[in-house]
Order: sequence, then C-alpha cells, then structure tokens
Amino acid sequence: MNIVVLVKQVPDTETKIKIGADGKSIDTSEVKWIINPYDEYAVEAALRLQDSVGASVTILSMGPERTVESIRTALAMGADTGVLVDDQATEGSDALGKAKVLAAALKSLEFDLVFCGHRAVDDDENQVGIMVAELAGIPHLGLAISVEVADGKVTIQRPIEGAKVTMEATLPALVTFGGAHAVWNPRYASLPGIMKAKKKPLETKMLADLGLSAADVGNEAVKVSVTSMELPSERQAGRVLEGDTAEKARELTRLLREEAKVI
Amino acid sequence: MAQGVCVITEFREGKFRRVSFEIASEGRKLADALGEPLLAVALGEGVEAVASDLGGYGVEKVIVVDDALLKDYRAETYVPVVAEILQNLSPKVILTAASVDGKDLSARLAARLGAGLATDCTELQIEGGGLKAKRPMYAGKAFAWCEWSDGAWPQVASCRPNVMDCLAPDTSKKAEVEKVEVALPAGNLTQVVSIEKDAGGKLDLTEAEVIVSGGRGMKGPENFAMLEELAGILGGTVGASRSAVDSGWRPHADQVGQTGKVVTPNLYVACGISGAIQHLAGMSSSKYIVAVNKDPEAPIFSKADYGIVGDLFEFLPAFIEEVKTLKSTC
Repeated sequence: MNIVVLVKQVPDTETKIKIGADGKSIDTSEVKWIINPYDEYAVEAALRLQDSVGASVTILSMGPERTVESIRTALAMGADTGVLVDDQATEGSDALGKAKVLAAALKSLEFDLVFCGHRAVDDDENQVGIMVAELAGIPHLGLAISVEVADGKVTIQRPIEGAKVTMEATLPALVTFGGAHAVWNPRYASLPGIMKAKKKPLETKMLADLGLSAADVGNEAVKVSVTSMELPSERQAGRVLEGDTAEKARELTRLLREEAKVI
Repeated sequence: MAQGVCVITEFREGKFRRVSFEIASEGRKLADALGEPLLAVALGEGVEAVASDLGGYGVEKVIVVDDALLKDYRAETYVPVVAEILQNLSPKVILTAASVDGKDLSARLAARLGAGLATDCTELQIEGGGLKAKRPMYAGKAFAWCEWSDGAWPQVASCRPNVMDCLAPDTSKKAEVEKVEVALPAGNLTQVVSIEKDAGGKLDLTEAEVIVSGGRGMKGPENFAMLEELAGILGGTVGASRSAVDSGWRPHADQVGQTGKVVTPNLYVACGISGAIQHLAGMSSSKYIVAVNKDPEAPIFSKADYGIVGDLFEFLPAFIEEVKTLKSTC
C-alpha cells in the first residue's frame, strides 16, 4: 500500500505574529518553522499503518528550500521518500493554485491513500486538502481521530458535537486529520532515524516537471488574495484583586455580577 | 454575466440549521449593496416543505432539490448537484456555512468552478462591485482582508457560525420555490458506518457562554471536579490547556488554543493556566477573562480583566461558595 502525506511548513505555534512591511503578510524574520501540527498527526497516522499493515510512505510538500528541513524531519520519523515542489512561480498561489500543484504532483506518484492535516495552523483555510480530493476525483473523510485500512476501504472516526461518527470510504481516498497532540502523540525522530533520513530519496520538482506552467498557478492564476492584514485589538490587562481569599472571592463575584454582568 | 448573491443552506433533521438564516441575512445585506437579487439553494430530504420560509430572511427565490438520497451531506451527491445549479444561476457571490460539511462543500465547489474561496469569514462587505472578506488567521492572532481578482466570478465565502447577525424573520414574506429534478449520482464512495452518542451531552466549547478552564496548575485530573462544579453552577462547560490535555487529564475535545478550539464565551475563567501564546490565541476574544494563578508574572494576567494571584486550591472553593450564595438569592 502506498500513502502520500501532504505536509506544509508553518511558523511555530508559539510565534508572536507581527505584520510585515507589505501590510499583507507576516514578518517571518524571527519565525521558527515547523511541520504543521495537523500534518504531523497525518505523518504519524501513516507511519502507524506502515507498522501495522505495511505501507510505503511518501512526503509531498511545496515551498521554498527551507521546506526540505520539514521533509527530512518526516523522513527521520520513518517516512520512506520525499518530494518537494520548489518553484518560484508557485509563490503567491491561492488555495486552489496550491491544490493544483499538489494534485499534479500526485499524478506522478502511486497512492492508495492521501493524508494531510484538516487545516494548516497559519492560514487556517481548511481548503487545500479537500480541493486536492476534488481535483483528484477521490472521496475525502475529514477530521479523523483514528484510521484503519482493510478490504479496499479506509475507516475513520471523527468527533462531532456530542457524538463520535465512524465513516468509511473506498480507496483511493484522501483523509484529513484532526484531534490534538494528545490523540496522536507523533513520534520523535530518533538519532539513527535522523542519520538514515539523510540518505533517503528526496526529489525536487519544478512546475514544468508536473506539466504545469506559471499561468496555471501562482500570482497569475490567483482568484482570491489577502490585500491587508491587521492584528486584533490588544486586550488591556485589567486589575488584580487585593485582600485575603474570602475578600477576593466576594469581590470577584460582585464584579462579575455588577460590572461585567456575565453571571 | 454573473449576477446576484446565492446562499447554500444546510438542512438537517427536518430543519434549516441556524447558520443558514445567518448567511441568508448576510446575503440580503450584500445583495442590497449590489442592487441585485438574493437566491438560495436548498438540498435535503423534506426541505421543499419549509424552503419558502427563507423568504423571511430576504431570499427571493430558492432552488430546491428534495430527495431521500440527500438526507445527509455527502460530497459525491451534493457537489455535482449544487455545482450544476450554480453554473446555471451564475451568481457573483456564493455564501456557505463554515461548518464541517460547509467547509467540505465550499472547497470542492470552488475547485470545481475554478473559483476563489475565503474560509471562515467573520465580516463581509461589498466594495467596488465585489466582495471583500475579513477572516481570522493564526487562530485569531491576526485578521486578513481578502479580495478577489478582477473578473474572478463567482466569489465564494464560507461564514463562521454564530458571528454574523441574523435578521428577525418576517414570516409574512415567502420565497418563490423552484423545484429542480436532477438525476442524482448513485454515489457510494463514502458511508456513515455508525454514530455513537457521548454520555452526558456535554455542551460544546464553541457554543458555551461560560468556560472554566484548567491547566498544569490543576496538578491532576481529579481536581477538575472543582471546575466541573463551578461550570455547572454558571451554566457553562470545562476547557483545558494543551498541557492538561497532553498530560491525559482531559479529553482532546476540551483543548483550547491554536491546535485546539478557538472560543469566544462571555466569561472565560483560566485556572492554573500560565498563558502560552498558543493558548492565548484560542481564548483572547472572550468577552471577560478571569485568571487564577500563583505566579504574578504569568502572561495570562496580561489578558485578564480580573486577576487573582494566589493558590487556586484555596481560592476556588471560596469562590464557588460565593457564586452558590449569589445564585441562591436571585
């Protein structure tokens, strides 16, 4: 079985967001880059299937050269091969442009399953994975917190308000992953894993290798784009209540009742 | 020539979901700004009977496909049908709900129609004859204004539930209903196998008006009973920081933050939570924030309206008693 995991490199979730000089993107000068946490859960899910039923796991990503580091991290976790689409012409792509690139790259790979996070924690778009499923003409199961494969079908569980839903899809299929770190506990790259990862195949592709041109993606094809960014209005620190425990408890209750009117 | 605004409704168990009325109301505002009609598409089993009610929210005409095969959302049945209707209607602007199903539908529609999509929008405007959309990024650490390229119709936006104003319905107004018979694809690529209801029916964090949240300072899962009690009295629910969830003290569905849920209750009580950036991203839009923490330097205090520096194991029992007294006297 072949699993392709789509991985995006994003700023660490501990990053303090500053708006860049152009007013429509963030200042990345002090950003530490990581694998999108939900994509990391997808890598972990793929590696568990590699362990349990046997699967070849390919990491597919697009982005500038620094993205290699994230792919190597996934290879060090245990993935087998990596593919990076690194082409200047993809810059400025909207979600549909990115999905076109990834779907075109998928065509040249063998896959039974495509895994990725349900969203990337930078743009929070919830789009690219689903669009790839649409462009590839395959079913999508979303927000998985567990995944099993048997008899040509993939079965997932997804939490909804007050319930857990079990769903299945016929292969080939795309699964997007939700849950939290505690659900997946993605494995760390071991030292031998890191050494091995350096020797694992990692192919870099250009748009032309995928049968695409600059007019299909990137700035030229963009349908929707960010024209400005703003930060939320900064909360002002309020007051720290004084007195002994009983006084503080009484005062807080009064404030919440009379001033905030929320209890 | 693209014209008008079209909203894609969600119909479940015999009713439109509330968010459908929110996007219809928002659609009315946009249609008025454009000076163009407001249309709706309604799919579902039994939806025909109530479709004209959308008129109360300003919808002029509803395209209805009523079929047992459309009882639940599945991409393989919904997407081709909705896409075909939209190709015929050729609207300028398409609005969907940013619900689990709405996100799937909107992304697939955008890919199929070759359209630009802005997800989870919190504010929409018409500017220069087209849509301008505000949406959170980085879990709300920043907001982006999105615009569509010239001539890139339709402009698709999914709207975050519970954010946009819902009009009070004018029940005297009925929308014109156009029933469409389409050959539904016999899609069997995805199936719901089972639905297992949780015991207790916990209120979802994103819908709660009061959240009492605990972090590493709670010291163990047993101490969350105190937070459950306080949340119970206040009619709220319990949340948790990532470290409490990572420690196995609380289920992942309780996690608030950039890799958990983004919440906007009226009152957020953070107990033993220091306030990592990724947690603050998930709760800073709460109306009022109370922080209880031993460490006066904890970053959570910079966001809190009311801060309690002290031992939460002393403070919370006293606070619970005060709230109980208050609730019993009024």
